[in-house]
Amino acid sequence: MALAIAFYLLAAVTVGAGFGVVSSRNPVHSVLFLILSFFSAAGLFVTMGAEFLAMLLVVVYVGAVAVLFLFVVMMLDVDFAALRQGFARYMPLGGLVAGILAIEMIVVATAVATGGTPKADTPQVYGDVSNIEAIGRVLYTDYVYFFQAAGLVLLVAMIGAIVLTLRHKPGVRRQVIVDQVARTPKTGMRVVQIKPGQGIDQ
Amino acid sequence: MDAVANNFWTTPGGWTLITVAQILAVVLPLLVALAFFMLADRKIWAGVQMRKGPNVVGPFGLLQSFADLIKFVLKEIVIPDGADKFVFLLAPVLTFVLAMVGWAVIPFAPGWVVSDINVGVLYLFAISSLGVYGIIMGGWASNSKYPFLGSLRSAAQMVSYEVSIGFVIVTVILLSGTMNLQKIVELQSGGFWNWNVFGGPGLANLPLALIMVPMAVIFFISALAETNRPPFDLPEAESELVAGYQVEYSSSPFLLFMIGELVNIVLMCALISVMFFGGWQAPIDLPWVASWPPTVQSFYGLMWFVMKICFFFFLIGMVKAIVPRYRYDQLMRLGWKVFLPTSLVAVVLVAAWRVFGPGGA
Repeated sequence: MALAIAFYLLAAVTVGAGFGVVSSRNPVHSVLFLILSFFSAAGLFVTMGAEFLAMLLVVVYVGAVAVLFLFVVMMLDVDFAALRQGFARYMPLGGLVAGILAIEMIVVATAVATGGTPKADTPQVYGDVSNIEAIGRVLYTDYVYFFQAAGLVLLVAMIGAIVLTLRHKPGVRRQVIVDQVARTPKTGMRVVQIKPGQGIDQ
Repeated sequence: MDAVANNFWTTPGGWTLITVAQILAVVLPLLVALAFFMLADRKIWAGVQMRKGPNVVGPFGLLQSFADLIKFVLKEIVIPDGADKFVFLLAPVLTFVLAMVGWAVIPFAPGWVVSDINVGVLYLFAISSLGVYGIIMGGWASNSKYPFLGSLRSAAQMVSYEVSIGFVIVTVILLSGTMNLQKIVELQSGGFWNWNVFGGPGLANLPLALIMVPMAVIFFISALAETNRPPFDLPEAESELVAGYQVEYSSSPFLLFMIGELVNIVLMCALISVMFFGGWQAPIDLPWVASWPPTVQSFYGLMWFVMKICFFFFLIGMVKAIVPRYRYDQLMRLGWKVFLPTSLVAVVLVAAWRVFGPGGA
């Protein structure tokens, strides 16, 4: 019973926060709602016994991705009145996409509800190990190529972003920490004997 | 009678009751200890600068933190004009709560842990990565330039150093083979040479100390950056940003920020002790300890754990007193160009040792 209460509470918060994301006027509030929704989704994972996925969701999406969202949204002075101008024009297309998504979800939900979870009779191969180990074993054996490919895709995206934004300005003096640390009194200063009336000969 | 009692504690009501009691048993001593940690921090700082530090309230200034507490609580809460009121007040609460919930998985002594979960390390990592929100929200909601700049700095800084913290944690997980903090501590039993900082259980792993000692150092420094402590206190750099994200805060919200920050620091000290320095394990296993009653043994373990926390807190206090603040680009360089590659290589080396080294798979 406690599990059911937890599920309905978390699900309600997730959906409510989802509405908050699209309905709030302030973009920062939208991102904060998004974070709340991620967080409750992580809670839903925990109720299903997938605590590893829940933690990953929090670490990756809440801890890193949403921080960057917030970062960008706070820096950009987004004018929502201007964004809403094209609302009527994009309405049909947006409605179409939303409709297709809703139909797909209903089809899946009815299929599960009437026919039971697909492959529910699949034997639990990794029955006694924690789900970290179970995921690890599957990820690094059966799906290792897909896993590595996903990593490569991310690497390409990262390198692309760096190449697009990296600019080397010529003539800029940069700090070279190694040189600084390697400096000794001998290379760093010069002791000069100054005779009165002569000054330093440079 | 006993069976009835057992049944009660397994019902939802009894379970809730006992969990709340456990949480209070952690939080209340922690908050009291915090008052003295705060004082210790100021005293260490003062000592390095040849000052006396707080010495007026109570003997040796011992009650200074309590006087500060009363002062903060009784002051008026000022909410700046044009501030986002809800987010403004939510931010300090969030910081405080997130700092507190991390303690749920910290093993204080054999069997003494509020929530003994399988993914304890990841949980702590997740909680500490959430800590940035309190700061960003506070800085943004203040509707002021200095807090905003401070919060932007902190966002970039904490996200950067989390990466190296994550890799360091992975090396520890590789050594232990589990993410359960209680098990990580149990595996380091037997003596200080079995601690993860010296390569984990067994003398055969001692060469790993060459990797794990630098990892512990990297973790310590990253923890400083993660908790916005000097020399990485750029989010609140008082000489540049007045007080960074905290500028507009007063009274209890400011107190919550301050306590939250301090709790985070002590939590990081606890985490270093658990992951690298054996948690509640004594440095040398005394044979007669095993014959003591279990409760006494638990307190014995707790004593070692608290001593280790105090030691690392002392180190952090000393760093604050003797190290000047980093410049922002130097901070980023250290995080991305030094710590990240070093810890990445260390992960590969430790993994290789685990597979090809003695006792490898």
